[in-house]
Amino acid sequence: MSIGHTLLGLLESGPRHGYDLKRAFDEHFGHDRPLHYGQVYSTMSRLLKHGLVEVDGVEAGAGPERKRYAITDAGVTDVAQWLARPEKPEPYLQSTLYTKVVLALLTGRNAAELLDTQRTEHLRLMRGLTERKRGGDLADQLICDHALFHLEADLRWLELTAARLDRLAEAVRT
Amino acid sequence: MTPPGSLLEARTLHKSYGPTPALDGADFTIHPGEVVAVMGPSGSGKSTLLHCLAGIIRPDSGTVRYGEHNLTTMNDARRSALRRSDFGFVFQFGQLVPELTCVENVALPLRLAGAKRAAAEARSLEWMERLEVAEIGAKRPGEVSGGQGQRIAVARALAGAPRVIFADEPTGALDSLNGERVMALLTEAARDTNAAVVLVTHEARVAAYSDREIVVRDGVAREMAGTV
Ligand SMILES: Nc1ncnc2c1ncn2[C@@H]1O[C@H](COP(=O)(O)OP(=O)(O)OP(=O)(O)O)[C@@H](O)[C@H]1O
Ligand SMILES: [Mg+2]
Repeated sequence: MSIGHTLLGLLESGPRHGYDLKRAFDEHFGHDRPLHYGQVYSTMSRLLKHGLVEVDGVEAGAGPERKRYAITDAGVTDVAQWLARPEKPEPYLQSTLYTKVVLALLTGRNAAELLDTQRTEHLRLMRGLTERKRGGDLADQLICDHALFHLEADLRWLELTAARLDRLAEAVRT
Repeated sequence: MTPPGSLLEARTLHKSYGPTPALDGADFTIHPGEVVAVMGPSGSGKSTLLHCLAGIIRPDSGTVRYGEHNLTTMNDARRSALRRSDFGFVFQFGQLVPELTCVENVALPLRLAGAKRAAAEARSLEWMERLEVAEIGAKRPGEVSGGQGQRIAVARALAGAPRVIFADEPTGALDSLNGERVMALLTEAARDTNAAVVLVTHEARVAAYSDREIVVRDGVAREMAGTV
């Protein structure tokens, strides 16, 4: 999962301090693994260097957590591109996909379309495997089937998520 | 006329049952030899779309063109004649005539089109061989397994040399091995005869036999970027 894109996405609703970003990240995405402050600041300094965020203000007192960050136009474009780009189907994709869906909802983008685009990407890979299976020997068929069943499991999750988008949207916005 | 190379064309199709639209916008073109999966949640309008495309129901507005024919304005008699001569159908269940033997079921569309019994049954047996069910030709549908029955139904859809095969959850009642075998045989036969297939399915592994997919959500059909 891309922490940089996730933090950028969280900044879309308005400027935030480092500690506030960490809190928002943990609340939405950090169920098993809350973010370290160190990760927030190393990520933010990388985003600053690339012009995707800017420092919007510094509170009185010292320390990096006092900086307030705002997303730039280039940052918004970067988030939009990341959300629109389907992930390469591979095992354990769910945390990235889940993050993308939640961020799309948080930023008022079309989450259903993101899921449809991802389905098309999965199906593209499944078609290739199916074609290989047609011409292949039994070993080929079994190997392809294994991959196909895993991709199918991802797709079932995509369908279920698509069906629950309204409820998820409500949950993330409250 | 449809543009060159296109076989079946949907333009701004709408269909309502009562106040709520079942189909609320469909625009796409299907080409000869193409296998197109229609996917989307239950109740989204997939079967309604398929029935409009096949001329089984008439949309409230919009047009379906098949070659030089406009299915939407054609009268019912000509439409059913066209369905019999040019389209093949496979559904999830209950499509075989229980009183007829399997070979008679496969031969039925050919007989309705005027073929002689012996010729129709000989041709039917060729398709049944191809679908690996020739040996059950003399049995009745009640005496064969679900997978065999579905292969018989596919053989029947193919026997009339259709230009378009419409299949609504054709593997819905089968286990995955049988479902995949039926899909492999159906799409191979369609490739060989350059027929198009419109395949409604909710199963990704079945949709993986298609060339591209159309997604229906809340009655709106969208063409996804294809691989063809
Ligand atoms: N004959 C009918 N009379 C009234 N409403 C209908 C009729 N056929 C379909 N509908 C309604 O139209 C909508 C679309 O139905 P349709 O059968 O096309 O869905 P579907 O995508 O094929 O669903 P499934 O995956 O469950 O087969 C549904 O809300 C359904 O209740
Ligand atoms: Mg249906």
